[in-house]
Amino acid sequence: MRLNRFDPGAARERCRRYRRRILDISQQVQALHVAPAFSCIEIVDTIWHGLMRHGDEASSDVFLMSKGHGCMIHYVILEEEGTLSRTDLDLYCQVGGRLGAHPDYGTPGIAASTGSLGHGLGIAVGMATAERLKGTDTTIYCVLSDGEFQEGSTWEAMMMAGNLGLGNLVGVMDNNDFSGLERMSEGHKAFYPVVDKARAFGWDSALVKNGHDNAALFDALASRQDDKPFLVVAETVKGKGVSYMEHVPIWHYRSPNAAEYQQAIAEIEGSAA
Amino acid sequence: MRNIFADTFYELGKADPRLAIVVADISPAGSIARFREEFPDRFINTGVAEQIMIGMCAGMALRGLRPFAYTIATFTLFRPYEFVRVDLCYHNLPVTIVGIGGGVTYSTLGSTHHALEDVSIASAIPNMSVVAPCDPAETRDATLWCAQQEIGPVYLRLGKAGEPDFTSKAPEPWCFGKIRLIRPGDDVCILSYGPIIKRAFDVAGRFEAAGQSAAIYSVSTLKPLDREGLEDVLRRFRRVVVIEECPPTGSLSTRLKELAWETRATCRIDAFTLQDAFIHCYGSHDDLLAEHGLSTQAICGKLGLA
Repeated sequence: MRLNRFDPGAARERCRRYRRRILDISQQVQALHVAPAFSCIEIVDTIWHGLMRHGDEASSDVFLMSKGHGCMIHYVILEEEGTLSRTDLDLYCQVGGRLGAHPDYGTPGIAASTGSLGHGLGIAVGMATAERLKGTDTTIYCVLSDGEFQEGSTWEAMMMAGNLGLGNLVGVMDNNDFSGLERMSEGHKAFYPVVDKARAFGWDSALVKNGHDNAALFDALASRQDDKPFLVVAETVKGKGVSYMEHVPIWHYRSPNAAEYQQAIAEIEGSAA
Repeated sequence: MRNIFADTFYELGKADPRLAIVVADISPAGSIARFREEFPDRFINTGVAEQIMIGMCAGMALRGLRPFAYTIATFTLFRPYEFVRVDLCYHNLPVTIVGIGGGVTYSTLGSTHHALEDVSIASAIPNMSVVAPCDPAETRDATLWCAQQEIGPVYLRLGKAGEPDFTSKAPEPWCFGKIRLIRPGDDVCILSYGPIIKRAFDVAGRFEAAGQSAAIYSVSTLKPLDREGLEDVLRRFRRVVVIEECPPTGSLSTRLKELAWETRATCRIDAFTLQDAFIHCYGSHDDLLAEHGLSTQAICGKLGLA
């Protein structure tokens, strides 16, 4: 495996910047998925800056946001690298813009249209199969919510990835413990343990207890062997970084008001480097 | 039809490494079995799991391959419908969904295995093309087209096996998006598609015996519909008969009547479709069609040809 250099300190600074930018955008629109993006910021940052190869299609990796409602983090990274413009982000969810609350195939940098849960992993399995047939060394990275593991289709994809031994497929579950209605750990106890289930389906799997620890995420992802698909289960906090959002379901889809925004920015800025 | 599809796919797949076939636990017939032996990596069986069959095809197409999804018609669309809609049609990917045994082809297996409304629901999704060839030769032409087209997703509705030839004497070649004259005639025009076109030939013979010459068109492309060709039929013929293996909602019959209204057509239209019903009947394909009111005798009775 070829790995990019990964500096956890620089990663923390990037993640702080991404949270700030998402909060800024939240002041332009009535609603956006702040909390579901905040739970996977470190995950996406680690994949994007620590593991993926970016470049011409033949020698680059693929990022697929199966939990489409977390796409704000993908948008701000694409803005930072220049794939999307500031104007694109300014027109988020507005007439004349091209970015909606779920990512759309055809938008630069977006590998597939997601938002309906339970689709991303199946598409990723097809992508990984295609790359293997083509003989490339492309890796497919797929970020999933824990909620979408309630979809039978996700388990169809888990089983096929295991059957096919897709060593070029990496999934990361943003295990923030919240689906729309309730905590997974309370309402769906049979969902656990997840790592054992993934292994039983023919995957290698690892648990990261703090899914906001950039170094721990990187170490887990970098440890994978490439003879099996690999699932990292990252335990995260929905709304991570803003005290009043953390674990509070209403922030799944609400934008902070001006005072709440100021408090959120202060908390993000004040977080330890 | 199944065997001709398999032969054609095998030939194409040998030459084009982008072609792959993803099946959901259906035994590979004829040349597909040979394709599996020679190109095991490009034959994928997802097992009894249709959502991943469609999802994988989408992912493969997004990475430059040209996959075909292949199983019994009802399981290609009904079970994974939202995957067809989002993964294939919303992304507008050149994936062919091959439905074996459209309509009531699986005549002894009951309504769980009948794809009554497959044409209707496939046609309802934006970006989807729907093609239903009537015989082995049209199946070959349609398969060739599917493997080479770049337009988007296609639902290719096939029968099963043993369909006779209906088009070797056709005055016109098969062409995607066009109705095709396969039997010339002047007084009456019969529009049909798929293996039930056998009824059209029976009925045309009865018209002939009654002193009226009947043309038959194969309307193998159900979506996009050949508006121009159908408008021409509505203009030229005083009487148009539709015979199809599809219930009324979303059928060719309904769409033809809409077109007739829009164009102020003055011809008479007689439509013969499957019933909007799950019919509990087991027997031959002809037995099932008869239960739906589609025996030659029933059709001719309603057309005044008794």
